[in-house]
Amino acid sequence: MDLTLNEEQLMFKKMFADFCTKEIRPKGEHIDQTEEPPEDVLAKAVDQGFWAALVPEECDGCGMDVYTFTLMLEELGRADMSTALILSVHNCLVVKPLLEHGSDQQKAKYLEALSVGERLGAFALTEAGAGSDAAAIKMTATRNGSGYVLKGSKNWISNGSLAGLFLAFAKAEGGITAFLVEPEMAGVKVGYREKTLGLRGVPANTIYFDSVQIPEVNRLGAEGKGMEIALQALSLSRLGLAAIALGAIERSLEEAVDFSMEHIQFGGPIALKQIIQNYIADAKTQIEALRSLVLRTAWLADSGQEYTQEASIAKLFGSRVAYEVTNRMLQVHGGYGYMKDYAIERYYRDCRALEIIEGTSQIQQFLIARDIYKAKGLEIRP
Amino acid sequence: MDFSFPKEHQLFRRMVREFAENEVKPLAKAVDREHRVPLETVKKAAALGLMGVPFPQKYGGMGGGEMGYCIMMEELGRICTSTATVIGAHTGIAAMSIYLDGTEEQKQKFLTPLASGRLIGAFGLTEAQAGSDAAAIKTTAVRDGNHFVLNGAKVFITNGDIAGIMTVMAVTDPSLGAYGGITAFVVETDTPGFSIGSLENKMGIRGSSTAECVFQDVRVPKENVLGQFGAGFLTFMKSLDIGRASLGAACLGGAQAAMEGCMEWTMAREQFGVPVATKQSVYFMIADMAAEIEALRSLIYRTAWLIDTHQPHIKEAAICKLYGSEVASRCIHKAVQIHGALGYSRDYWVERAYRDARISEIFEGTNEIQRIVLASNLFRPYGLRIPS
Repeated sequence: MDLTLNEEQLMFKKMFADFCTKEIRPKGEHIDQTEEPPEDVLAKAVDQGFWAALVPEECDGCGMDVYTFTLMLEELGRADMSTALILSVHNCLVVKPLLEHGSDQQKAKYLEALSVGERLGAFALTEAGAGSDAAAIKMTATRNGSGYVLKGSKNWISNGSLAGLFLAFAKAEGGITAFLVEPEMAGVKVGYREKTLGLRGVPANTIYFDSVQIPEVNRLGAEGKGMEIALQALSLSRLGLAAIALGAIERSLEEAVDFSMEHIQFGGPIALKQIIQNYIADAKTQIEALRSLVLRTAWLADSGQEYTQEASIAKLFGSRVAYEVTNRMLQVHGGYGYMKDYAIERYYRDCRALEIIEGTSQIQQFLIARDIYKAKGLEIRP
Repeated sequence: MDFSFPKEHQLFRRMVREFAENEVKPLAKAVDREHRVPLETVKKAAALGLMGVPFPQKYGGMGGGEMGYCIMMEELGRICTSTATVIGAHTGIAAMSIYLDGTEEQKQKFLTPLASGRLIGAFGLTEAQAGSDAAAIKTTAVRDGNHFVLNGAKVFITNGDIAGIMTVMAVTDPSLGAYGGITAFVVETDTPGFSIGSLENKMGIRGSSTAECVFQDVRVPKENVLGQFGAGFLTFMKSLDIGRASLGAACLGGAQAAMEGCMEWTMAREQFGVPVATKQSVYFMIADMAAEIEALRSLIYRTAWLIDTHQPHIKEAAICKLYGSEVASRCIHKAVQIHGALGYSRDYWVERAYRDARISEIFEGTNEIQRIVLASNLFRPYGLRIPS
């Protein structure tokens, strides 16, 4: 066992940290307050290869392994969670499924545009009546002469208004099926943008598919393979969310440590108080536990092993400690932590999303328990 | 032992609930979004006597005691934490400090307009470097003939910019420290030299204002010394002690609303072909909310009874604030979870309630300070002094 980073990973880590600290971190407050998607930051991230993190080098991508990719998301999370989530969705939920399931023709058509910042990916699965119960989607894909007609609507689609390519899921004759949908196709309409507690730089929109004609070549994978494709992509993105959570709580700890050394009460910095020290020590413990979990799960993925359950565990644990740590670090700030002048106020709101998006904690618990019982021959249902 | 509420308190609760549902609720979303204090609601509250619930009628109050006051705060907390904060800071600490330690003349002159709601009150304690360490205030009051001249700045003052009367804690003798060197004053905010600095941009309770209040050679008549000269720290701490019970009551209302909202939503929302209320992951969360809420309810009204019957209540009031704020936070955290994406949306009240609830673990003495208060009071009879 060797947990040290190799030279390439070290180089990447330094590059990620430099770029995120310099270019993204100073924008976090502005992104939150204006609720404007960070398009300038995303454009700069193209040059860093963040749009093509998982694309193999032979396809002009960065060719990061999963572990290096989690280092990227960690640094993004430390700098700004909205930017981190946008890039996580793009890479995990659109680029990766295209790499794994796309035909040569599909890759030739979309991979470059996705890599160079021309098309941002969005994952269109959730519907009003199908949140946790994703298989209950109602959007239909009806075959006709030249392909399929998509009818329905999707809710809470991250990256919605910025999207250059949707990976959309609909019910076809053979079951739930994945499609690559361009927003410029006739009948695609970007609707209501949700107003959210946090992650305010991420546009989450309703997307209407109003009899959208899709050529057959834009079907990703076989008919009926949609759920499998979605769940596989979600495994990677759940690990990604855990990595973002890791960066977020490292930042929160940093903010609280600095504050506690500067803020004087009872004749000294509050850092000298035992209870503050305990909060800090507990946060660090949770950070290192999460880091180990992310690292091990990434190693499973990189070594070609099954990691679905570990991804659920990382997401469940990561989102829980993200809440607990930001909550405590806000408390260290006292009244200042409740004010928008301090980054911890934003991180507290941003992190609350993690227990909900891409499968609530309750769904992760179900998935984990289902696997445990399945191994013993008992089938459980949600 | 009799755990039932007296008839007049039951009627009072019904009246406040109607007020909260009909007058407060329709504005709750807008005042949060627009970041403004609902002064029109405060006016209506005043007309109903809700700006002076705990105080005797001879001072313009309602005579409802702490019990009545906690009932009101619970009902307001159920609908809008901002409104509860505006009325709570006014009543529970600002007017309360005058009621507790004011002279008869001071009560006539200052408590009466506050209790009748003609003027709004604010409580001027916190400074930039004196939050948890309240005794570290730097604002000074220097005697000049028949006046004291106040200089300094208070921060995070709820109602600071809308208050007509502010009770203010200032250093009168730096050599004597908290006990002896700090005096409380009643300051009319139209006194020259009083001004408002910045207003805070907060995560929640955005329908209440949090102001920086600057004192520049503010001349206060010596008749406005509140309580004994040099004993202002005690006056302020006593006010906070009582205020904590009603703060807990507002938390109780918030927690109750979270649970009621969850029940409604989980019976209506279907996933996997059934209402989500039938899922154990969901209904266990609701059961936990109910357990904590009922424990909190017992605690709040027992403490109100202690206060109304003039029994020791410092520990119990600290527990009301500590436990109440944590129960409210846990309940509303679960409510966001149960509502899923809807709970994260600013179109729905749960999101606002989540932001609003977080302040209760911080203001009027952080929960860490409550634990210090508790431990100090627990160990004191044994002669052990607990350092802060």
